[in-house]
Amino acid sequence: MLRFVVRRMLVMVALLIVISMFTFAMFVLLLPNGNPAALLAGRLATPAEIHLISVRYGFDKPIYIQYIDTMKNIFTGQAYSYQSSFNVLDEIRAGMPATLSLAIGAGLIWLLVSILFGTIAAVRAGKYADRVLTVLSMIGVSMPPFFFGAILIYYVAYKANIIPIGGYVPFSQSVGGWFGHLVAPWITLSILFIGFYSRVLRSSILDSINEDYVRTARAKGLSERQVLIRHSLRNSLIPIISLWGLDFAQVIGGGAILTETVYNLHGVGELARDSIGRLDTITLMEIVILTGIAVVVIGAIVDVLVAYLDPRIRLA
Amino acid sequence: MSATEPPLLEISDLRVAFATEDGTVQAVDGVSFTVSRGEVVAIVGESGSGKSVTAMTLMGLPRGSNATFQGTATFDGTELVGASDEQLRRIRGAGIAMVFQDPMSSLDPVYRIGDQIVEQIRAHERKISKAQALDRAVTLMERVGIPRAAERLRSYPHEFSGGMRQRVMIAMALSCSPKLLIADEPTTALDVTIQAQILEELRKLRDETDAGVILVTHDLGVVADIADRVIVMYAGRVVEQGVLDDIFYDPQHPYTWGLLGSITRIDSDRSQRLPAIPGMPPSLLSPPKGCHFRPRCPHAFEKCVEVPPLEGHVANRPESLDRCWLTEDRKRALRQVDGQVGLRSTEPVIS
Ligand SMILES: Nc1ncnc2c1ncn2[C@@H]1O[C@H](COP(=O)(O)OP(=O)(O)O)[C@@H](O)[C@H]1O
Ligand code: SF4
Ligand SMILES: [Mg+2]
Repeated sequence: MLRFVVRRMLVMVALLIVISMFTFAMFVLLLPNGNPAALLAGRLATPAEIHLISVRYGFDKPIYIQYIDTMKNIFTGQAYSYQSSFNVLDEIRAGMPATLSLAIGAGLIWLLVSILFGTIAAVRAGKYADRVLTVLSMIGVSMPPFFFGAILIYYVAYKANIIPIGGYVPFSQSVGGWFGHLVAPWITLSILFIGFYSRVLRSSILDSINEDYVRTARAKGLSERQVLIRHSLRNSLIPIISLWGLDFAQVIGGGAILTETVYNLHGVGELARDSIGRLDTITLMEIVILTGIAVVVIGAIVDVLVAYLDPRIRLA
Repeated sequence: MSATEPPLLEISDLRVAFATEDGTVQAVDGVSFTVSRGEVVAIVGESGSGKSVTAMTLMGLPRGSNATFQGTATFDGTELVGASDEQLRRIRGAGIAMVFQDPMSSLDPVYRIGDQIVEQIRAHERKISKAQALDRAVTLMERVGIPRAAERLRSYPHEFSGGMRQRVMIAMALSCSPKLLIADEPTTALDVTIQAQILEELRKLRDETDAGVILVTHDLGVVADIADRVIVMYAGRVVEQGVLDDIFYDPQHPYTWGLLGSITRIDSDRSQRLPAIPGMPPSLLSPPKGCHFRPRCPHAFEKCVEVPPLEGHVANRPESLDRCWLTEDRKRALRQVDGQVGLRSTEPVIS
């Protein structure tokens, strides 16, 4: 177990280095066409001013020095946005509670509801409940958050006044307010995943019914319910949990840009959107690296979890 | 056993059909036989003859909702065909236990061996504690020859070899002291030495308990080793049944001759493994009219387009039944091929 964790950590560090280089190359070399100093200096700047900015930000140094400096700044919390001159880490930190709240709540909802819907659809395969769930999941996967979000905000928030119109209230400030502000974002984001996850689980359970070990479970004299939950579902959950780890990490890393924006949560995803809007490469890089860290760390946790769920996966 | 005691299992005119896209597959077509306590009954026949479907029907297990059942199967006073789910659940694993063909995939990969045995015990004995059930699991595992059982209880199936997994399956099957054990080709997936060991376990079980055993196999060597009585199945029907020695030394049905002929040929010349019987079993979607064996039978005559009944034809042997229109004398004459029992490969010269 320890060896597994240590090896995971080493792989993690290596992955992060690769991700950061790739991001750096993408944003610093490819994205801002031309000289970043010129971009920063504005349209009316003189060549002397541009040169000054170049020297100040280190744009005149060789590219690998720039990379190392940037990484140093990012990891020591000294990175400042070129455009808005805020401290990027502070800004991400400010967005993190909203994003984490969104991710954890939605992650739990979409995992549990998918398990419920997928199982019901499998048990009632071909029957009425299954057909209804099939149609619902198809609507769900094709429902863009800005559309569904807009509907919720207009009817449930603006017209019916049941939930607030958007924004984020910290948990520490008011538990009720926190919850009230997050219900709609949770649902909006979950719906995207529930359709897909419950389909995957449904077919996985239906496949497992033909497995020999499920026949054995029945031959042992277990009830249909025990066969389903302990054997079919238990085995079918393994791929679902792996999938969940990836998607959950994405959302933590600010991947729920649309949902965060529609509900004005001021989370990391919204920060990402704003940074894209003003070509704020440093902020974007730090967010991408954060996503990388989240994907790798949560991926490692999920791997341990999956190895626990599936003893055939060797931990050593 | 008193003469009036009914058999442990009595199957009468069992029919199982599957509705498929291509039509109805009559997998089991009027099967009747009995199994008594302490008796090993072997069901033999080529692959696809309906052995597994017959066996699984007793457990209420055929997969899919496309199956229809007719006939009766009475186990220890309970009618199995048409029994409620709860009735079947109580019988499965406790009254009737089953060991399947492929031990590699028959255990759930995610649970420890011990827990899988305990799960079965506790499905039938609600009051037993987990510790007691684990103790019993150790005893059972030792009994079927798993070394260091107490330790291996905590292993997962993938840490076991195929032979060891099949022993686990047998231990599990024995865990609630079933009255009837069904073993569906339990050794087919295993190599020969392991096969002999597993059969030895089944023989021990027969000797030590009063359980009836149904052993499904296509291997007549296995049958000769262990069976008391033999049921020969062909294309969904029982074509012959009788006690072991009668089947081997005085077989009545041409299909049985063919099966026996193929093993004697293998015995006399191991290098030359001939196909058991020329030709293929018929499609169960549209089986031949009359005797199912007719297309492959060198002795077929006009009468054979009618379905022969499963009847006794041998004097003083009411337990020997077969489905063939030939008279007893003709049978005795026709089954001799090169001085041994066998199926002639061409039409007889004199008819
Ligand atoms: N669920 C099913 N649907 C359709 N056909 C089936 C089903 N189960 C078994 N069969 C058919 O029934 C026949 C008998 O199968 P089986 O009992 O497994 O043969 P055996 O065990 O003697 O090799 C085969 O032709 C098989 O294809
Ligand atoms: S009934 Fe006819 S076809 Fe069938 S086995 Fe006997 S002789 Fe052959
Ligand atoms: Mg079979």
